[in-house]
Amino acid sequence: MPKIKLAENTIELIQEICVEFENKESELINVLHKVQGKLGYLPAEVQEVIARELKMSVAKVYGVVTFYSFFTMIPQGEFPISVCMGTACYVRGAEQVLAEFKRQLKVEVGESTEDGKFSINCLRCVGACGLAPVVTVGEKVFGRVAPSDVKKIIAEYREGCTENIKTA
Amino acid sequence: MTDYKMHLLICGGTGCKASESDEIKNRLNHYIEEFDLGDEVQVVTTGCFGFCEKGPIIKVLPDNTFYVQVAPADAEEIIKEHIVKGRPVGRLLYTDPNSAKHVSDSKGMDFYKKQIRIALKNCGFINPENIDEYIARDGYQALGKCLTEMSREEVIKEIKDSGLRGRGGGGFPTGLKWEITKNVENDQKYVVCNADEGDPGAFMDRSILEGDPHSVLEAMAICGYCIGADSGLIYIRAEYPLAIQRLKVAIKQAEEYGLIGNDILGTGFNFKLELRYGAGAFVCGEETALIHSMEGLRGEPTFKPPFPSVSGYMGKPTNVNNVETFANVPVIINKGAKWFSSIGTEKSKGTKVFALAGKINNVGLIEVPMGTTLREVIYDIGGGIKGGKEFKSVQTGGPSGGCLTKKHLDIPIDYDNLIAAGSMMGSGGMIVMDEDDCMVSIAKFYLDFTLEESCGKCTPCRVGNKRLHEILDKITEGKGEMEDINKLKELSWVIKDTALCGLGQTSPNPVLSTIANFENEYLAHVQEGKCPAGQCKSLLRYDIVEDLCTGCTLCFRNCPVGAITGERRQAHYIDQSLCIKCGACFEKCKFNAITLT
Repeated sequence: MPKIKLAENTIELIQEICVEFENKESELINVLHKVQGKLGYLPAEVQEVIARELKMSVAKVYGVVTFYSFFTMIPQGEFPISVCMGTACYVRGAEQVLAEFKRQLKVEVGESTEDGKFSINCLRCVGACGLAPVVTVGEKVFGRVAPSDVKKIIAEYREGCTENIKTA
Repeated sequence: MTDYKMHLLICGGTGCKASESDEIKNRLNHYIEEFDLGDEVQVVTTGCFGFCEKGPIIKVLPDNTFYVQVAPADAEEIIKEHIVKGRPVGRLLYTDPNSAKHVSDSKGMDFYKKQIRIALKNCGFINPENIDEYIARDGYQALGKCLTEMSREEVIKEIKDSGLRGRGGGGFPTGLKWEITKNVENDQKYVVCNADEGDPGAFMDRSILEGDPHSVLEAMAICGYCIGADSGLIYIRAEYPLAIQRLKVAIKQAEEYGLIGNDILGTGFNFKLELRYGAGAFVCGEETALIHSMEGLRGEPTFKPPFPSVSGYMGKPTNVNNVETFANVPVIINKGAKWFSSIGTEKSKGTKVFALAGKINNVGLIEVPMGTTLREVIYDIGGGIKGGKEFKSVQTGGPSGGCLTKKHLDIPIDYDNLIAAGSMMGSGGMIVMDEDDCMVSIAKFYLDFTLEESCGKCTPCRVGNKRLHEILDKITEGKGEMEDINKLKELSWVIKDTALCGLGQTSPNPVLSTIANFENEYLAHVQEGKCPAGQCKSLLRYDIVEDLCTGCTLCFRNCPVGAITGERRQAHYIDQSLCIKCGACFEKCKFNAITLT
């Protein structure tokens, strides 16, 4: 993986977040949550800065980042698509919906499309089982999604009329 | 304070919010203003009503009118017709599927008739972001009673006498846990609320936190008083942003009222609360793993003993209870152990909240007395199977539980009966499956989950489950042998006996229970190379019957991969090497010309 050179202000931002949590090792998960919230993902270079600030080994930070599925080392697409694979969604056909997204976008789970617009992820239950199967794109929740709806959902975002969708 | 004549309660749970309940609220308020009703009618966002299938839901008080599947465009009619003219909007009322009649009063709905609400008593009744509404429904009365009238021992005795057991799945007696932690000498102790609801298809804890967060805070303070802790931590999933926000609001309001913080109610008792966030690891529901995660480490479990009651968070005695367990506590203190223990079965007292989901008509959140049968839950409350299909199985206990079948429908639900039947209570997820679900695939689905969530610390769970998954995969591909079924059983028992924590020890349950209850399906896959439910794609084949095909080209146009060829008005043909078995042609064909074998 090519090394990313972090901008000065990014490093400062990470340092500030660490200070906010008193540079305590026990606050590592909270620090990671906040940094990912700001930067979108946690590449190795970011983990190195956090390790330095919290005075712990990079291996330990990496161990925690890779342990929890919420943390990611790969940047998400502009429109992150998450297909719920909780049991309720699974028995109502989430697998077919996921397969259709993968087929249409030609990417695997955890990857982003070449243009950086979409990424696909699975998540385990958003708790909206009444709407199963559920797909989320960013903050927006789509309920009762059928494989035949997939094309429409992608097209709506691809054509850039996302404002209409959000306010619909 | 304004004395409103009418209230419009609108569900603000995750499901209904996803169906634009916020926008509905805005429009309702807009029309209330337009008709100058601001002093008479109030719109209140509440927690989950439980009837998620038909959300978004609006309940009108005082007449209890229950509107279902409301859209933002309906707001105008509700205000104009119902509020102004007093004529309920018929088309938005719930229709009873049996009588085909509208049910206007929610009390008359089958969905609610058999429920008793203790943990959910305030969900759907109060605005969770307003502490006054909680206090108006006896909120913080139990805490006051404990601090001013009862000794620590008396409170613990009351909880013990009530028979309350841990609602997170284990079923450990709550009062006993409190007593053990109380009896450990230490100058610093902690109360922890386990809100890491990782079981897919379970959303009861989330609904309680979203709909009635103060009940959990109050119970944690009571627990702190009993065990001698001045600090409480709530470990919550980061995937639940709404619940997190409501908890933050609730903690702030309770602090402002002096109900959390220093010298609570002037009694000298101090109790502070903090939130800790999970980061998406199922194993963190296990208490030792949860504690490690709170300390900023990988959420790996450690061997018990020592139990957290002796050495937990930061090495200090820690009492961990689940959200629903805590939500029962204030009610027990207010109404008494005797009342609580009069509900339920001999060994399982009170009620249990279930998240009913899957192939069932009324998906939602329900709370029933222990001892209610699965049949009552699925047919009377759940309204039976979707689309008139045949019931096949109900899965309880999530990835740690098992699949029960028709013969189990009449067993009374409690901790011990479910274990005897080869499943478990778990946190209360209940997924209903119909004739179209392949039980081998379901077992594989749960193993998929376990594989992903296994922390990797112990070999039986890390490697054993991987092998189980491989064998199941082989069977669903149609390459299974008879010996594989025995191997599955043997390996399952080894994992159960040797894994380190609860996750590993229970992970083979879906495999064992599906083999026990649906062995014929395994045999069909292995011996005949057929999937009776028609789900395992490798075992399917779509063909066009020449004589029936009219050449309408509908299948041709719907095939996503171009596997279908043929001239207009002539029989079409499916190229098996291209077919991805999506079934689109099968569903679209109007002449039943496509066969599935």
